[in-house]
Amino acid sequence: MTFDINVILDQLPAITSGAGVTILIWVVGTIAAAILGFFVAVGRRFGGVLLDKALGFVVAVLRGTPFLIQIFLVYYGGPFIGLSLDPLPAGLIGISIYGAAYYSEIFRSGFMAVPRGHIEAGECVGLTQGQIIRRILLPEMTMLVLPPSLNMAVLLMKETAVLSIITVPELTATLSAIGAQQYAFVEALSVLALFYWVLVEITGRLGRLVETKFTRLRFSNA
Amino acid sequence: MSIKLFELLLYASIYTVLISVVSILIGFAIAIFLSGMLLSRKAIFVVPAQIFISFFRGVPLLVQLLLIYNMLPAIGLNVPSIVAAIIGLSLCTAAYQAENMRGGFASVPVGLVESAEMVGLTPGQIFRRIKAPIALRLTFPALVNEAILILKASSLVSVVGVVELTRMAQDLAGSTFLPLQIFAAAGLIYLAINWLVALAGGLIERSLPGLPR
Repeated sequence: MTFDINVILDQLPAITSGAGVTILIWVVGTIAAAILGFFVAVGRRFGGVLLDKALGFVVAVLRGTPFLIQIFLVYYGGPFIGLSLDPLPAGLIGISIYGAAYYSEIFRSGFMAVPRGHIEAGECVGLTQGQIIRRILLPEMTMLVLPPSLNMAVLLMKETAVLSIITVPELTATLSAIGAQQYAFVEALSVLALFYWVLVEITGRLGRLVETKFTRLRFSNA
Repeated sequence: MSIKLFELLLYASIYTVLISVVSILIGFAIAIFLSGMLLSRKAIFVVPAQIFISFFRGVPLLVQLLLIYNMLPAIGLNVPSIVAAIIGLSLCTAAYQAENMRGGFASVPVGLVESAEMVGLTPGQIFRRIKAPIALRLTFPALVNEAILILKASSLVSVVGVVELTRMAQDLAGSTFLPLQIFAAAGLIYLAINWLVALAGGLIERSLPGLPR
């Protein structure tokens, strides 16, 4: 077995572009997922029983099926209902919806953890529902949802690799192709694994740093 | 979509369940060793276990599977793709299960262990009769969770050519031009399997003895 890393390093421009796509999908997808998930959680909390049940069903389906099946449905099934998407937008939409299901659960548990009395107090002094969400629920739950949210962001980073299967030109697809062309699979995949490992470790460490900072903030306020 | 197609999907889902169950069991065995290493307080054991866990939790499963699938032939081991798939899934779930188990063993009340020592139980007896049962009871819900995660993650082994539920759905979608119906049906089967696992897990959990306080 030979291990010649130079065949990989010769392709640096392609690798950089693939890494860029991976990070782009990750960042945009995570932000979209968090925003969408937040609205789903708000809908379930304030939208009445029917909406809660309907959204709860959708979330359960999204959480109970593999991400790969979901993107196959969007990418291969989409054209049959008039939704022909290129791989990149299909992947972005897929990861945003998938992530939103998980983020909505994180926010929902955050909502539930805010004491009822605080919301009732807000109602008593005449705050509108929007004000209650913005000035009571959001600040109080931020601390609670921060650790699982960062955790979810790391999970979504790893899920972006799955998008290579529907030929999104991200890093896994790029390096697999280079491995096949140069007949250097082991080298290409080692570089690939290393990239994700380092990125996930850095994100995890940053997350813990933010957490400790915020925790101190909360206890100084309490 | 005909009944015949659905039957084919159901048949393929047997492989999904088989691969997942075998991987979870192998992963469980590896995780016992890993959690033992983590709790040993000796750097020569703790550090390798930490690196193993960090790697298999930090790299996407798809990349792990591709790496194992291509690495094994490169070092002269030609194994069927289903074996490569099971190795990949087992190592990945082992890393997650080890973290759960470490937490479980760490939460065994010290008082119980001390009283066991007082009445003269050997370290082996303490492990078998006190620590292991309590740790397993504590981590059982996490184990059910992990089983569902692995069932979903097993869809990725379709990429290395194992014909399980997802691969069968892909092949059928390609040959029948009914991707919407086929992938929806496949999703439904995954949902049903996961629902059954969650249900069974809940029932088993309720039948387990309560925890000492």
